[in-house]
Amino acid sequence: MSETFLGMPAAPKGVGQLRGDADFPAAARAALADGQLRRNIGHATATIRAKRAKVVGEVPDWQQLRRAGEAIKAATMANLADHLERLEREVTARGGVVHWAGDANEANRIVVDLVRATGADEVVKIKSMATQEIGLNEALEAAGIAPVETDLAELIVQLGHDKPSHILVPAIHRNRAEIREIFLREMPGVDPALTDDPRRLAMAARAHLRAKFLSARVAVSGANFAVAETGTITVVESEGNGRMCLTLPRTLITVMGIEKVVPTWTDLEVFLQLLPRSSTGERMNPYTSTWTGITPGDGPQEFHLVLLDNGRTRVLADPAGRSALHCIRCSACLNVCPVYERTGGHAYGSVYPGPIGAILSPQLTGVADNASLPYASSLCGACFDACPVRIDIPTILVHLRSSVVDDHSRVSPEAVAMAAAAWTMASPGRFRFASRLLRLGRLIGRGGRIRRLPLFLGGWTEARDAPVPPAQTFRTWWRKR
Amino acid sequence: MSAREDILGRIRAATAGVTAPAVPRDYRIFGDHASGDPRLLDLLTDRLDDYKATVHRVTAAELPGKLAEITLGWSVVVPPGSPLPLPGAAVDDDLAYADLDRIDAVLTGCAAACAETGTIALDGGPGQGRRALTLIPDRHVCVVLADQVVQTVPELLHRLDPARPLTFVSGPSATSDIELNRVEGVHGPRTLIVVLVTA
Repeated sequence: MSETFLGMPAAPKGVGQLRGDADFPAAARAALADGQLRRNIGHATATIRAKRAKVVGEVPDWQQLRRAGEAIKAATMANLADHLERLEREVTARGGVVHWAGDANEANRIVVDLVRATGADEVVKIKSMATQEIGLNEALEAAGIAPVETDLAELIVQLGHDKPSHILVPAIHRNRAEIREIFLREMPGVDPALTDDPRRLAMAARAHLRAKFLSARVAVSGANFAVAETGTITVVESEGNGRMCLTLPRTLITVMGIEKVVPTWTDLEVFLQLLPRSSTGERMNPYTSTWTGITPGDGPQEFHLVLLDNGRTRVLADPAGRSALHCIRCSACLNVCPVYERTGGHAYGSVYPGPIGAILSPQLTGVADNASLPYASSLCGACFDACPVRIDIPTILVHLRSSVVDDHSRVSPEAVAMAAAAWTMASPGRFRFASRLLRLGRLIGRGGRIRRLPLFLGGWTEARDAPVPPAQTFRTWWRKR
Repeated sequence: MSAREDILGRIRAATAGVTAPAVPRDYRIFGDHASGDPRLLDLLTDRLDDYKATVHRVTAAELPGKLAEITLGWSVVVPPGSPLPLPGAAVDDDLAYADLDRIDAVLTGCAAACAETGTIALDGGPGQGRRALTLIPDRHVCVVLADQVVQTVPELLHRLDPARPLTFVSGPSATSDIELNRVEGVHGPRTLIVVLVTA
């Protein structure tokens, strides 16, 4: 299988945020011990699940829209190079400049150089997964340019010197009281009488950012969709910080993963229905902006589009995994995932947490670097049912698990154990003997659970308990009847 | 080789032999009601109420009086050449952002509206002005004509020209970033007042 990826570079190490410091079981253990975190995430995901179910339920053609979304994405990937070339032509014809970045380092270098050329030492930013993925803020800071996150949740994360934990609501792990504390501690000139009323907190953010919006010279954004046939870029948002960034500065730099292109303007009618209902559980998000190159007298007069690979062509090369690129970043799969609900996003170690992160991050980096993520799932299938573009996440998880196993040495403890099991089960006598031996397991268990199996079997109980074997085997019980 | 050729080459290698599936378009394109149908106006009103926008429904004859009543005591700016009747409104002749920030309200028309999602589309056309105009003032008074109201999202997009800079507005600015509870009014106009004009 690795031959398929020959010449397809993974996202580079040492830059950006696709790899965690610890593997998932270790990181999850810390998250599970934090009761406040679990309450915050449990409350938030329950709220959003109920909102989503209500607004999805009122759309009579939801399944048809999902199938259309799935097919548009698959059709786009089949001719991705042509669509990107078309997009480049249309954007260029309307006064924009298109740049190509093979990986995070190239993209960061392009953006830093563009900002430097304007002479600005500060940029306002719209929440963007792609720029989080490549660690653009760190690159800007290293170049002496201050990135200002303007989305409320990203601002909470930035001011809290924290990491995002959810695709849509990066500060989902913080409750109102914690947000108030962060603002009081980190926001210059904040009213010391600030309460934890969400409205008061939002107004504090408005006051903090107002002057920056009105004076900013450069904005950096991501893109939700880019229409190849017209060169039109789309950003979907709620607060109006996006409109501020897309409208007021003279220079706009958009960093976009190559998979975000859609072929036609008509295709947007599908995604603009699927995305808001799946993500915030709204019939439509408050604001959607679209722009095509430059419009004289209205909005930025300099527009740069940076097309980012960073491991995406590697994902594209795997027929069994490439549909991970269909993701429209709605985060519905996070909100329905029993694993995400308990561990939160940080345990995944990547800006892409939850079920979609468990299939996307290992493919972008190569499974060796995120080998525990394909196992961060119970394979319950709730993510597939919630996915607005029908990405079969459970099947890709199983596929990636097999890649992880292929990557490991053939003489793994699992392989030895399975060979031993096969040998034992091949003979009734050996199986009977082994069943009797199994009863010894009762000596190390308490309360029906074995917390740690001995020797090489310990790997099994690192992330789970094993049940204590029964006092008699089925065979013994059957003989006594 | 340049990054461009590298990436395009990798994509072509990765997708060699892959055929594009046909896209099923059996979802709803057209709604049950023609644009301007009173049932669509009711639906649009219901959706905008849900977003905490304020909706007034008037006849064309009542429009000037209603606009004067809504904006009483406010400084108001309108785009150049605005056909909307509001004596005394300032005209946006490329005002500085700081000046727009000191004005109480902006009064514009729109390009089209979608009833099912409570969405108003602005395209910078006559009576709408540049994007900064409908963004910086804290109140947006938007006049929607009945025959601009369609039922579905596909119908809305069919009425718009992607070559123009478009803004889709569904209620006042809002955030759900604190515990996923919606709070209306952040950076964009905190107040959205829609005046729906029936024949």
